[in-house]
Amino acid sequence: MILGMTEPVGDGATARPKRARRARRARRRISVVGVLGEVLITAGVLVLLFLGWQLWLQDIIVGNQLHGEAVQQNKDWNKSAIAPVSGGSDVIPVAQAPANAQKFADLVVPRWNEPGQAPYYRPIAQGIGVADVLNKYNLGHYPSTQMPGEVGNFAIASHRSAYGGNLHLIHELHVGDHIFVATQDGWYQYSFRNLEYVHPTGVGVLDPVPQVPGVQPTDRVITLTSCNPFYSTAERIVAYGMFDKFYPRDPSKPAFGAPTEIAQTVLGQGS
Amino acid sequence: MYAALWRVLPGPWWLRVIILIVAVAVVLTALVIWVFPAVQTLVAPQDVTVTK
Repeated sequence: MILGMTEPVGDGATARPKRARRARRARRRISVVGVLGEVLITAGVLVLLFLGWQLWLQDIIVGNQLHGEAVQQNKDWNKSAIAPVSGGSDVIPVAQAPANAQKFADLVVPRWNEPGQAPYYRPIAQGIGVADVLNKYNLGHYPSTQMPGEVGNFAIASHRSAYGGNLHLIHELHVGDHIFVATQDGWYQYSFRNLEYVHPTGVGVLDPVPQVPGVQPTDRVITLTSCNPFYSTAERIVAYGMFDKFYPRDPSKPAFGAPTEIAQTVLGQGS
Repeated sequence: MYAALWRVLPGPWWLRVIILIVAVAVVLTALVIWVFPAVQTLVAPQDVTVTK
C-alpha cells in the first residue's frame, strides 16, 4: 500500500453508520426546494439538448435524408430519360413552372460537401411558402423569377441554419465554384460570381438582371438568398452565379450525362 | 424527484440502471421526433426570403 493514499483510516468502522445515515436520508420527505432545483436542472438540460439538436444534429440528419431523396429522384428521372433531340448541348431546355410546393429540381454544390456527411445534393420545390416549402426542409424557387436555364434570373431561397440549413455554407463559395441545378432534362451548370448583402426588403436581387429593374435580360443568372448573420433575420445574404453550360440527361452516356464533377454524387456513390 | 424515482424502480441496482437508460433513450427519441420540431416553429428564424 502506498503511503499518502486517501483511503480513510478505519473504513470498516465507519461503514455501518454511513449506511444508517443514508437510510435515514432516504426516508426524509421530499423538499419543495429540492424538487424545484431538479426541475430547473432538467429544464436546463432540455434547452441544451434542443439547441444541440436544432443547430447541429438536425442539419446532419436532414442533410442525409435530402441527399437520399435527391438520389432517388435522379434514379426516377434516369428511368424515364430518352436520348436528347439532335442539337445536343447547344439547346438549353426550359421547363414549365410546376405547381406550388412541387419538387422539380435538385441543387448540387461540391463546395458544400462536408466530411462524414452525405454530399450536398438537395431538392428544390416551387414557391417560397414557409410552412409548405421552406420549413419542409426544401430550397424554394421564387415563383416570380425565371426557371433554370431561362434567360433572366433563377432565384431560390432556403434556411441558413436549422430546418436542414440548406444554405448554411453560402458564404464559403469561391469565385468560379460550380453550382449545378439538376432537372428531368439534365444539369444546368452555373459558376459562382459574388455575394451581396441586402435588407430583407431588397427585392432587387430578384430582377431578371439583378438590381437593374426594367432591363431586358440577356444572361442566365442563378440567385441564392438566405438570412444573415447566422441565427438572425436582420439581413439577407445573396449569392449570384452565371450560367456556363447545359448537360442533357442522356441514357447513352456514363452517369446519364451528368457532369464528371458531380457524377458520383448524383448516382449516390461514395461520399 | 429523481431520488424518489430511484426508490420506486424495482429490482437490483443494475436492473434499475438498465431501466433508466431505456427510459432516457425513449424520452430523447420522443423529443427529437415530436417535441423539438414543434418547438422549433416557435423560436427559430423563419424569414429567409426577400419581400416587399
